[in-house]
Amino acid sequence: MNAQAPASRDPRLNRPEPLTPPLGDGGFFQRDRSIHPPAHAPGYKSSVLRSPRLALLSLEGSISEITGPVFGHNDLGPLDNDLIRNYAKDGDPIGERIVVHGRVVDETGRGVPNTLVEFWQANAGGRYRHKKDTYLAPIDPNFGGCGRALTDDTGYYYFRTVKPGPYPWRNYVNSWRPAHIHFSVFGSGFAQRLITQMYFEGDPLIPICPILTTIPDKDALDRLVAPLDLNASTPFDSLAYRFDIVLRGQRSTYFENRTAGN
Amino acid sequence: MTQPLNYLKETASQTAGPYVHIGLIPAMAGFDIFEKNFSNVLVTPNTEGERITLEGKVLDGTGTPLRDVLLEIWQANASGRYNHPADRSAGALSEEFRGWGRAGSNFESGLVTFETIKPGAITDRAGRTCAPHVNVWIVARGINIGLNTRLYFSDEEAANAADPVLNLIEQPSRRSTLIAKRTERAGKVVYSFTINLQGPEETVFFDV
Repeated sequence: MNAQAPASRDPRLNRPEPLTPPLGDGGFFQRDRSIHPPAHAPGYKSSVLRSPRLALLSLEGSISEITGPVFGHNDLGPLDNDLIRNYAKDGDPIGERIVVHGRVVDETGRGVPNTLVEFWQANAGGRYRHKKDTYLAPIDPNFGGCGRALTDDTGYYYFRTVKPGPYPWRNYVNSWRPAHIHFSVFGSGFAQRLITQMYFEGDPLIPICPILTTIPDKDALDRLVAPLDLNASTPFDSLAYRFDIVLRGQRSTYFENRTAGN
Repeated sequence: MTQPLNYLKETASQTAGPYVHIGLIPAMAGFDIFEKNFSNVLVTPNTEGERITLEGKVLDGTGTPLRDVLLEIWQANASGRYNHPADRSAGALSEEFRGWGRAGSNFESGLVTFETIKPGAITDRAGRTCAPHVNVWIVARGINIGLNTRLYFSDEEAANAADPVLNLIEQPSRRSTLIAKRTERAGKVVYSFTINLQGPEETVFFDV
């Protein structure tokens, strides 16, 4: 596979210069909660009893949240970003071979380098390799369904997998999840920690998904739908989907201009 | 009209779902796939500091423990320093302590445990001393965006009383929702906590 970062479809993602003056306190931009699902979203029934009802207490950029765990290549194995091979026992998994790739950037468009991206998904039949999943579609003996990657210096990541299938779940009597891949991303500080889901262009289940439609902002929802990226596909091998992830931006820190400890 | 500012928007959060273990703790999902795995044990035999167990549950609005919840913790080392380049404080750093771990709750009891060390007091960037604490991030089915809270320690009464974050909480009674209680069990130090997602004892959650 090609590890070279391609030009993004969004020119803002390629802007090289930082956008914040070097006078800040190093805190993250305030989170715009209007583009996130509210904690209490009754259409997604599980959220009703699991949502805090009191106001969150705002905590501006303390050292405990500006910092976060640092990961390196030592934490990963060589097949961790190849879901076609990382659990193969006697052959390849069943399903449409795809590559998922993109950049992790922050709200200023800067790439987030060397950050851990983890992903997990159902198999091509919509079944998870999980002891609590009882859907009747079969387990694929050659598919684990999870992987991870470290972004490169530009924030680029990629992995190879098979396209997951949709599956039914208990919400309404006939609720189905659109095909999706779960993503977990760290960033440089604990306040950037994010879990989300990537969906696939053209899936008719997207507009009726009770989980996806917890997102109140149409554009924010659209940004979770990965387009087919034919240019990044490999002829006679696999299609590609492009999924860029935006983490919160960070103000520059004046500590950078002083000697350590000041 | 003005020039456009052109900031990007953060990617929207989505629930981690009931099968979060597959991706983040595959052994709990029932299979072995990675050579190297992350866990709820933050210490190595060479980590400096007082060994402690953090043990607790996350309760829903009916008081029932979540049995599919995942917690991550992030904390300073025994010298009060985070293992991250943005922490320029004076404490010593050690290769033997990353300061981060993750744990899934037990599928039957809902119990979550971490094996770690008690962090030192932290000097924040304004030079104030902050009581020792552990930062907690909570995701699960039904939680649409990860919840941030903290655990403080019951045997740090004076430090807790002076802590700038605990003192931001308007109602003194709510501060206790963040205090883990110290006990000793078979010679081991255990701090117990309960995180209430809702109800009269609702835990204080932060917009960080």
